[in-house]
Amino acid sequence: MTNSELQTLISSWNSELEFSEAESQFLNITVKPEYLHQLTSQLKSTKETSFDFLFCLTGMDWGADLGVVYHLESTIHKHQIVVKVNTSDRENPTFDSVCDIWYTAEFHEMEVFDFFGIKFNNHPNLKRLFMPKDWVGFPLRKDYVDEVNMVIK
Amino acid sequence: MTTTTENNAFKSQEYFINMGPQHPATHGVLRLLLTIDGEIIKNIDPDLGYIHRSIEKMCERDSYQQIVHLTDRMDYLSAHINNEAVCLAVENALGLEVPERVKVIRTIIAELTRLASHQLWWGVMGMDVGALTTYFYGFRDREMINDIFEETCGARLTMNYNIPGGLMFDLHPNFVQRVKDFIAHFKTKLPEYDTLLTGNVIFQKRTQGVGILTKEDAISFGTTGPVARASGFSCDVRKHHPYSAYDRVQFNEALFTVGDTFTRYQVRIQEMWESMAIIEQLIDNIPDGEFKTPTNAVIKLPKGEFYQRVETARGELGVFIVSDGKKNPYRLKFRSPGFSNLSALKKMAVGSKLGDLVAIMATLDIVVPDIDR
Amino acid sequence: MNISLSITKNIHDWLFEVMSAPFATVVENVLIAVAFLAFFALAGLLLVWMERRIAAFFQLRLGPNRVGPMGLFQTIADALKLVSKELTGPDKADKFLYNLAPYFVIVASLMALSVLPFSQEFHAFDINIGVFFLIAVSSIGVIGILLGGWSSNNKYSLIGAMRSGLQTISYELSVGLSILTIVVLAGSLQISEIIAAQQAGGWFIIQGHIPAMIAFMIFMIAGTAETNRAPFDLIEAESELGAGFHTEYSGMKFAYFFLAEFINMFIIAAIGVILFFGGWLSPFGITESIPLLGIFWFMLKVLGLIFLMMWFRWTFPRLRVDQLLTLEWKYLLPINLFNIVLMAVIVWLGLTINF
Repeated sequence: MTNSELQTLISSWNSELEFSEAESQFLNITVKPEYLHQLTSQLKSTKETSFDFLFCLTGMDWGADLGVVYHLESTIHKHQIVVKVNTSDRENPTFDSVCDIWYTAEFHEMEVFDFFGIKFNNHPNLKRLFMPKDWVGFPLRKDYVDEVNMVIK
Repeated sequence: MTTTTENNAFKSQEYFINMGPQHPATHGVLRLLLTIDGEIIKNIDPDLGYIHRSIEKMCERDSYQQIVHLTDRMDYLSAHINNEAVCLAVENALGLEVPERVKVIRTIIAELTRLASHQLWWGVMGMDVGALTTYFYGFRDREMINDIFEETCGARLTMNYNIPGGLMFDLHPNFVQRVKDFIAHFKTKLPEYDTLLTGNVIFQKRTQGVGILTKEDAISFGTTGPVARASGFSCDVRKHHPYSAYDRVQFNEALFTVGDTFTRYQVRIQEMWESMAIIEQLIDNIPDGEFKTPTNAVIKLPKGEFYQRVETARGELGVFIVSDGKKNPYRLKFRSPGFSNLSALKKMAVGSKLGDLVAIMATLDIVVPDIDR
Repeated sequence: MNISLSITKNIHDWLFEVMSAPFATVVENVLIAVAFLAFFALAGLLLVWMERRIAAFFQLRLGPNRVGPMGLFQTIADALKLVSKELTGPDKADKFLYNLAPYFVIVASLMALSVLPFSQEFHAFDINIGVFFLIAVSSIGVIGILLGGWSSNNKYSLIGAMRSGLQTISYELSVGLSILTIVVLAGSLQISEIIAAQQAGGWFIIQGHIPAMIAFMIFMIAGTAETNRAPFDLIEAESELGAGFHTEYSGMKFAYFFLAEFINMFIIAAIGVILFFGGWLSPFGITESIPLLGIFWFMLKVLGLIFLMMWFRWTFPRLRVDQLLTLEWKYLLPINLFNIVLMAVIVWLGLTINF
């Protein structure tokens, strides 16, 4: 499916999605956190889209917002798509976990939790994966300060 | 209270065991918390981060030329391919056309890297299942490739041969002849590998039917590379999203269907043959020309998001660059193949024996710096 | 004491000439013990050197080649280093059993050594149940391994020890039954009589032809397992358990385990030579007139079998625990039982090949 066909199909599911192809090689969908799990499971289960391969899951700090970027590919139709979800809550950012849809998300969400402090509902084993258990702060956030370990140029 | 614990102690035969961070089978500082009942594995909980260096955070600080040097230290066995991933991402973002010569040389060296990585894996695989001699056979042949690399760019492992826009230096005059010598040598040695290990009954018994990963699970766990192709998941980036010179060479994607430890082994053996075929097609036709396209001393990517996928020896490496137009990336994410492959370990190994876990880990071909980054 | 000493008659006679009989017996026994201890240490060190050279040969390396001619003194240097090392151990180990374990292992292999005939003369302890004694004594060693693994308070050691228990108990059967097959042929448990029977009618591997060859193959497989060497080295299994039962041992205590492994290998090879290849006998009796050369032939054959075991070790991958047990209980044991019956029938019908 081409990007425009995908956009037509997916926008018919939910009217609150934002589509964009600017500044990216993929079709980007921005979804509100409450629709995330519904949209992603639909993306996987629908025959025409069948995005069964989550090839990248990235945590993002956009400055004001925290977000997660999901790179999806269909191994059947070979098309790709990017799903983005953002929240302005920096104190207690929470999204729904997608690890029941793609098993690989279990590890990647742990990584995002470790570095950005984003929590995922229904995650079976959310813990600090790389950093020590007693580490304070989330190092990949833009406002993270560590005067001892960080070399700023 | 005490009575219940005592009762539980009698009911449950399970106990905890720490595999790693210093353990011969984890090949680095990976720590697995195992729950074991006798010899049977009940649960696996990986504990990562023993050599986490926060490369992604360092990338946000560094310029793009500097980032290339950091990628060597991720998957050090595919150092060249990691470099290539970042360089390709930067070149695509800039719309920079690199000379044909660079594309061909990058492809040849990437395939040599893959061969070297698989040779090391083969040696270590044998060692993990108890055949210690294989280690030295694998290293004997890998040494020739390392010598070629040393002559080409001065380094044997962390090569730094790529820069955004091309290569650091031109090829050494001996390069073509030495690669041809190596291919001729290795074509006689690769069947030796089969005689020593593949055909061995004990080895086959140890690996066949062990650690099965179905195709659905392989896709869902995001496994790539030989691990996924053994399960029948056609995921070779060189085929599906060709980069450098892969669009002009003929090669087969090593695909199997069973998905057990033995087929993961077979995929890599077949990949070694395919890599040699790719090199043979290119080695006589290296185009003349420049070895780099000049770039600005300070590279500034346009605003936007850029994603580049390459096939390392372990699977798909993704580089996701978010740029805000400055000389360093706003955010750079490495989607490392080992990390996703490791997440499937629990699925494969739970229910099998301790000895099987070692064999499964060997065929995952884990490089811990690649997972920890 | 019911010991028939046949070691060099001259020393024996001389000792009894110069001292009273009880005192001479004591002195004689001490001399034999010293000789065996010296042999034990030397053979152990030599075998370690041999293993390292052979491993290097298989692995495209040179092996030890700096200390002494061809690196012969390398292992002596290593042993000296181990002696001088501090003995460290885990804090929470069961100290008594932890320290006892290496001695169990070493004493067991030393005791087995005492009944081996190096030649017609050099045979310290020729009891009428010689082969039975060998089997019985050589399985004491596993107690040491179990104790060592359990008492070091390390889970990897414990897994190694448990594996050793099940492995030794299983493969003891096969070693015993394949030896029994030859006992059926020889008609005696006494080692000197077994060899005498081979002197009369040719080596048992030829005399007993098919069943003897089957028995020999099973004996070599089970014997390799008995000595815990690859492809049956699950007890140590360095890629799975680190070092297995001796993980927590250091210095000389570790060296005892290490040397015992090599002495056990020597013992298994020696039993194989005694039962199948005519012990000290020369091929076709070419040096029968010079009895002293028996030592040479015995050692040559033993080293040949040891080389075979080393060849196994550096070629084959390791088995898994369940495969180890399957091999023994489902294949070796039934074949062995059938083989004994076959041998009995062949002996009964007089179908053996006699020269």
